[in-house]
Amino acid sequence: MEPPADSRPDHKDGSSRREFIRRLAAISAGLTVAAPLGRAGTITEKRALNDEPPKTDGAGGLMEIALNVNGNTERLVVDPRVTLLDALRDRFDLTGTKKGCDRGACGACTVHLDGRRVLSCLTLAVMAQRKKITTIEGLATGDELHPVQAAFIECDGFQCGYCTPGQIMSAVACISEGHTGSDSEIREYMSGNLCRCGAYPNIVAAVKTAAAKMKGEVN
Amino acid sequence: MRPFTYELPSGVSEAANLGRPDSAFIAGGTTIVDLMKLEVVKPSRVVDINALSMRGIEMSTDGLRIGALEKMSDTALHPEVVANYPVISEALLKSASAQIRNMASIGGNLLQRTRCGYFRDVNTPCNKREPGSGCPAIDGENRMHAILGTSSSCVATHPSDLAVALVALDASVRLQSASGERLVKLDDFYLVPDSTPHRENQLLPGELITEIRVPRLAWATRSTYLKIRDRESYEFSLASAAVALDVNGDQIQDARVAVGGVGTKPWNLPKVREALTGKPLAQETFAAAAKLAGDGAVPLKRNAFKVDLVQRTIIRALMTLGGLA
Repeated sequence: MEPPADSRPDHKDGSSRREFIRRLAAISAGLTVAAPLGRAGTITEKRALNDEPPKTDGAGGLMEIALNVNGNTERLVVDPRVTLLDALRDRFDLTGTKKGCDRGACGACTVHLDGRRVLSCLTLAVMAQRKKITTIEGLATGDELHPVQAAFIECDGFQCGYCTPGQIMSAVACISEGHTGSDSEIREYMSGNLCRCGAYPNIVAAVKTAAAKMKGEVN
Repeated sequence: MRPFTYELPSGVSEAANLGRPDSAFIAGGTTIVDLMKLEVVKPSRVVDINALSMRGIEMSTDGLRIGALEKMSDTALHPEVVANYPVISEALLKSASAQIRNMASIGGNLLQRTRCGYFRDVNTPCNKREPGSGCPAIDGENRMHAILGTSSSCVATHPSDLAVALVALDASVRLQSASGERLVKLDDFYLVPDSTPHRENQLLPGELITEIRVPRLAWATRSTYLKIRDRESYEFSLASAAVALDVNGDQIQDARVAVGGVGTKPWNLPKVREALTGKPLAQETFAAAAKLAGDGAVPLKRNAFKVDLVQRTIIRALMTLGGLA
């Protein structure tokens, strides 16, 4: 099966569609343009063309911050307006976390901060410092899928897949919080994740299946 | 989003000094980041208050104290809250989503802004956002809007469920600024719009909510929050009722009733409480008392259904609490 376009790695020569869009967005918004510090040289070089720090009308200033994402701490320079979602996608190249509504209404951007599910679109990147950030890319152990990821495949818990990373991050938390006692409890505690394809029955089945498999396991 | 300077003060007085009219405090960010993206609020300075020590949930002989930075999720599931004030726990669990409850602070919940679509759309007039510009909701899309406490300037509902439960329980908020502290009854804290809908509460620039105080009320163990909405979960209310009932045999000793989704502020109903007190525990009592909830209601073109709905919501909540449902 052909993986969805978003799961393909970026081209390493810096000419990918995503990089092109990022540059366009950076030019128009003046937001995501500062260089990451201490990142792999290739990535820094890749972005050297548009690394001129933005002028911020005197009100804002760039900030150097450190984020711990999926166990790796990296330093980067951000405008304080940058959300954790944009930092993950545009700066860490972790595009599994999806930008749906960007207003806290859809749950597609769900990640874990210190093990708790939150919305990365309403979290400022500067405020995610000193926390352990986990994204969908950080769930699997090597090639071995997380039980919730496996259950979503087994139960066909998606159609287009756009909401799926958020659904899975939310489901992992839903299970560790202990809110899988019944179908209605799962639906209630998964209600912050919208699925426009309407895969809800299969999502509930996936959460139930994963919860049963994980029973007794240390989270 | 407009550019801003980010500050992370370590103490309340430092934070209060940074809080000026062009500043915004940020805790969970679930309201303010959203409104900054929409450019409904445009602070030039954002003051992150998460390093302040306004935390802790404790029960004492006086009642319950909740630090303003406690999260909605932690408060909802705190054993003392669940055991002593189920109405608070239920109001919180019926608010937002699990993710938002993990982010949003209790203080921020009380200060969240209205969901009125005109307030959120900077391309339309709104007296709350731009004083004097007008209110398109009065003759426009007003199905979700208020029927109580409205004025010719504003008909926007207050969105917090928690605030409805707290007003019913006669809670207070402790406010702190550079010049000192004060304790204000939550019911007095919120303002009706009148001709100044941009003033929503008594908070002064630089002033912070540091904690919430809920008086001890032994019989609040029998309390509940009923929320009626367009979908079963993750939605703002059309009408809601926070109700507590003190029953002796088949007689009502005392009651607390406040409603949400229908008022420009969390709407306390002392008259309904009086109409219940000393009466027999029966559906007729509830119906007669609930009628008073519609006193002074000014329905709009698309929300007249709320006059009936809020009464039925109160009755059903009381029936459930009274064991009659």
